[in-house]
Amino acid sequence: MKHLKELYNYREMIFSLVRKDLRGRYKGSVLGFLWTFINPLLQLVVYTLVFSIVMRAGYDKYYMFLFVALVPWMFFASSVQDGSIAILKEKDMVKKIYFPREVMPIATVTSGFVNMLLTFIVIFLVLIVTNFGVNFKALLCLPVVMIVEYILCLGVALIVSALTVYLRDLQYVLGILTMALQYGTPVMYGFEKIPEGYGWVNTLLNLNPMTPIITIYRQILYYKEVPNMISLLYVLGLGIVFIIIGFAIFNKLQKGFAENF
Amino acid sequence: MIDSNNAIEVRGVTKKFKVFYDKGSELKEKMLFWKRNKYENRTVLDNISFSVKKGEAIGLVGRNGCGKSTTLKLLTKIIYPNSGEIEMQGRVSSLIELGAGFHPDMSGRENIYTNAAIFGLKRKEIDARLDDIIAFSELEQFIDNPVRTYSSGMYTRLAFSVAINVDADILLIDEILAVGDANFQAKCFNKLREIKASGTTIVIVSHSLGQIEQICDRSIWIKDGHIEMEGMPKDVHLEYLNYMSEERMDQQEKEQIRNQQNELKQRIKRYGTQDATFTEKKMIGDDGQEKTTFKTGEGMTLELDYQVKKKVVDAVFGYGIFRSDGLWVYGTNTRIDRMDNFDIDKDGHITISMPHLDLIPGQYWIDITIEFGEGNPVDYYKEALKFEVVSNITDVGVSRVEHSWKLS
Repeated sequence: MKHLKELYNYREMIFSLVRKDLRGRYKGSVLGFLWTFINPLLQLVVYTLVFSIVMRAGYDKYYMFLFVALVPWMFFASSVQDGSIAILKEKDMVKKIYFPREVMPIATVTSGFVNMLLTFIVIFLVLIVTNFGVNFKALLCLPVVMIVEYILCLGVALIVSALTVYLRDLQYVLGILTMALQYGTPVMYGFEKIPEGYGWVNTLLNLNPMTPIITIYRQILYYKEVPNMISLLYVLGLGIVFIIIGFAIFNKLQKGFAENF
Repeated sequence: MIDSNNAIEVRGVTKKFKVFYDKGSELKEKMLFWKRNKYENRTVLDNISFSVKKGEAIGLVGRNGCGKSTTLKLLTKIIYPNSGEIEMQGRVSSLIELGAGFHPDMSGRENIYTNAAIFGLKRKEIDARLDDIIAFSELEQFIDNPVRTYSSGMYTRLAFSVAINVDADILLIDEILAVGDANFQAKCFNKLREIKASGTTIVIVSHSLGQIEQICDRSIWIKDGHIEMEGMPKDVHLEYLNYMSEERMDQQEKEQIRNQQNELKQRIKRYGTQDATFTEKKMIGDDGQEKTTFKTGEGMTLELDYQVKKKVVDAVFGYGIFRSDGLWVYGTNTRIDRMDNFDIDKDGHITISMPHLDLIPGQYWIDITIEFGEGNPVDYYKEALKFEVVSNITDVGVSRVEHSWKLS
């Protein structure tokens, strides 16, 4: 409890690291911060070209189908991958200065989260400009699913950031795992595409906490339906368990951080 | 529980570092070569205990690798002890790493915020200190320029200004008063005194004993992981310096003998007719032993042997002492010293006694010479002998002038 209070006292450090990361990311380039918006926009243009001309998928306006899922997925993937090296890449600071070490993964995940929010501005812009339209009632559910995803990402990042200090391979293993998991999550296709007779695959895929999250994002933005939020409870519970485990692991491992670089 | 008058209590702290013979932190290495993960536990701190009162300033001294920086890191909570306890009361700030988290592309002002946040300051607290920080750094004109355009001096000045304006209850400092130019150093030093006067507890690790003496109430000398001595800075430092100069003498003797052998082989600087030549040369100390390191004020006796191949008429022996930078400290010869004229026609021995060699610490050379008539060289032997002078008094100049003080 005392530790949580200390962490709270270091909130300005978290904010300032997030600010530094977001602003520093494109510093030195001519367009600067604008890249935060241009980048996803160009991505979307590429998807549109590829999937509506070259490779037709079985979905109407597939680029939107893909994009509204891909953006939240990227947030998860970056939380895992950047999160795993959150402590490692700041080793010079960890070796020389005291601060609650949890600050690092929290800042990494928060920075990814804010980046996702900014990308959502682009999404909304495209939805409106292309006359795709939005369901305002469904939109009310959007912040909830975002927050639940944030909690899940935070839990995962806390765990992997501490473990990677001791086991460097983890960062590469996680790279492959997240790539594999992307196909176990309905990002590029819906699960209705899975042929009959593979019930166990479905069970497995539904255990994946990212499945309900991505499904709900898509329901809200692509199908414009009010989603069934019950499935989020499982994710929320898992996220909270991860955070508790994450803090426990951190507490155990952080004493040795400075000696393990 | 910590005594309410104490800011820091260290109780029976032991710190060991694992020194791996061949460390692998990859999974493959850990699995395949688990037998190879052998390590040795090196004890850096062995059961040390001390406490620091609130508002007290202490200095940690000791030679490199003695464990004083480890102690400071333990206090900072960067590393943790293997056994024992450390308790502290109040906000701790450390001037160990300056400019942590600086982003080169962001302005000085933005970096102040980032850096101060790392010290645990809240937004409002930083706002309140911003003007002080900028004023202290003397970087008003440049504060909105990116930090990458700063010179390294400006960079450290900004970093130091942030660190010192954190307003901690306990300030931990590791060898950082070597910041910026002399003016800025003086300013930092004054600020440190001000901070101390305001009741902040300070722990300093430094090799500059003078700085510790000026700020600290107490010094702790750490030697090989234990506390060798603690007390008034002057007392502790005197003992420490005595110990260090003894250590140095041992090491230097060995080194110098080696060096002299090499030098002798490499460059024998001597010229003249060589009708008579020096064959043996020794420096003898007060204890009758041959040596190359002398304490200021100690006596030195030169023992020189020479051989004669051809008679030298109207011979003159001489010697000169030079400091390693070439300064001629002293020179004389038998003629200057008004000895009777003499010729040499057979081998002989010379003894030169200098009962008080009042030289300031440093390295010195001795030239020895045989000449005839008015300065014609027979055997002019440059840099024939090399010696070192050490002292635990830090007076300055070339030679120590005997003196006493009387204040009334």
